Amino acid sequence: MTLARKDVAKVAMLARLALSDAEIDTMTGELSKIVGFVSLLEEIDTAAVAPLAHPLDTQNAFRDDVPAASLTTAEALQSAPRHDGECFLVPAVLGESGAA
Amino acid sequence: MTKPAAPTAEPFTTVIGLEVHVQLQTKTKLFCGCSTTFGAPPNTQVCPVCLGLPGSLPVMNREAFSLAIKAALALECRIAPFTKWDRKNYFYPDLPKGYQISQFDLPFSSDGWLEVVDPKGAFSRKVGVIRVHLEEDAGKSMHDEAAGTADTRIDLNRAGTPLCEIVSQPDLRSPQEARAWLNELKLLLVYLGVSDCNMQEGSLRVDANVNLHIPRPDGSLAKTPIVEIKNMNSFRSVERALAYETARQYDEWQATGAELGTTPKQTRGWDDPAGVTRAQRHKEESSDYRYFPDPDLVPVTVSEEQIAAAKALMGTPPTVLRTTLAEKWKISAYDADVLVNQGRELVGYFEDVATRVGEGKVASNWLQQDVLRTLNERGETIDEFPIRPDALADLIRRVQNGDFDTSRGREIFAEVLTSGRSVADVVASLGIAAVGQDELIALCKELIAANPKIVADVQGGKEQAAAGLIGQAKKKNPNVNPAKVRQMCVDLIKALELPTRTPEA
Ligand SMILES: [Zn+2]
Repeated sequence: MTLARKDVAKVAMLARLALSDAEIDTMTGELSKIVGFVSLLEEIDTAAVAPLAHPLDTQNAFRDDVPAASLTTAEALQSAPRHDGECFLVPAVLGESGAA
Repeated sequence: MTKPAAPTAEPFTTVIGLEVHVQLQTKTKLFCGCSTTFGAPPNTQVCPVCLGLPGSLPVMNREAFSLAIKAALALECRIAPFTKWDRKNYFYPDLPKGYQISQFDLPFSSDGWLEVVDPKGAFSRKVGVIRVHLEEDAGKSMHDEAAGTADTRIDLNRAGTPLCEIVSQPDLRSPQEARAWLNELKLLLVYLGVSDCNMQEGSLRVDANVNLHIPRPDGSLAKTPIVEIKNMNSFRSVERALAYETARQYDEWQATGAELGTTPKQTRGWDDPAGVTRAQRHKEESSDYRYFPDPDLVPVTVSEEQIAAAKALMGTPPTVLRTTLAEKWKISAYDADVLVNQGRELVGYFEDVATRVGEGKVASNWLQQDVLRTLNERGETIDEFPIRPDALADLIRRVQNGDFDTSRGREIFAEVLTSGRSVADVVASLGIAAVGQDELIALCKELIAANPKIVADVQGGKEQAAAGLIGQAKKKNPNVNPAKVRQMCVDLIKALELPTRTPEA
């Protein structure tokens, strides 16, 4: 299993990692080795094995719909690089929210 | 608005699918105990979990899950026995964790439908529901466009609010159908207490996918590229945006011949004041969200017993209520539809009044003609309406008894509304005393004596001539019931000794 440079460049872009050309070369080699290692699993016949959704054997963990104390606004904002006392401040974002 | 007598047949089929997000009516967020109350000052309903701070862990809100199940069951969906949550990865400032907790390959429900029937019979459409899944909302970005390069401000109160995403099959065939279906969906979810579906507060949001299927002369079908429309802030906007987009796509197809598959899926935003859709940036491909199972949340299983229990607790959906209301109170399907579409509270009010007066039709008439109009004028809900069911029933019973006629009843209705006094008080103060039988007989005898021509007509078999006496009766006593005057006069005239017929001169 080998990855192409453009695969690595795309993954880096999605992760917002600014990689230099040299770093992309390094990563392409290293990631290919990792993916190749994991692809060893493909040699096992898993036809009769149910897909694993979670490594824990626990299910159905719920809490009741009861309000709990929130942070104060000052606490919530204290580690933000920039804020105005009410809101977090970020560089101007124009266009649509990415939420879907 | 007038409906065109014969709508012009369009040379294509419009294909519409909707994606609806509704906020579930919980007290707290999906994965933390922060309040979901709307309108709080920015960043006062946030905690380490919904801020995505390191080391915090989400725990699923039981009520959110059961409301979601309720919504799915109401939409006739199959509930999955096993479901899990996934991370949808993307970067945006209103998404503090860098991913949204959503459901990808194993949503908790799928394969449902919701039918919408136009009460006037213009259309009836059973629309498939591909899936319903549970996910968290993002926060809110506020940007002052006028300020140019100023900062964007982020309020995370909404981040982590529980949402149901409902995805329909592309089964809708016109903008009107889409709007009607959304109304039906909203009505259903509000009836069942799943969501308040308040679009102004963002509790319901709609995106629409639309394209056209255009038959070519050779019998094959041209399909225009699918466009996703966003930014519609009312159901009316949805209808308008779809109508605009339909026309735009047909024009574009005629000009360029562009077809599905030749261009990437386009997203367009609805500009309501301008009444147009405008192209937005291209959406990242679905696979770029790099979904993977969220290791912080364990899967959820749902048994047949739990589904049966949830069904038993579901309450009556509007579709069922329309039928039972029409049958129980002997009102038309159309009347039942109007009442049910006003919501559960109004139906309760109607049934209270109908029970008290012992008749559905008259209660339905008063509700539709007087109460609903007044609610509209005053901008009130039925719960705020000052005339309670007992008072309206009192008024209706007096009309039924013949104390006064409906138009007089309306005057009393208006007076009770503005004065806040009881029906009995208003009747007394307006001098609207019921006209007694003796009084009525005396009045009718007087009229008969004064109107020999009408008497002769009635005797000659033209009973309808007695209607000519009603205006005079009302002048003499405004409280008389016209129908009673008419009947009494006819009876009295018939009881008169027939005059000996003399040949006319
Ligand atoms: Zn929180």
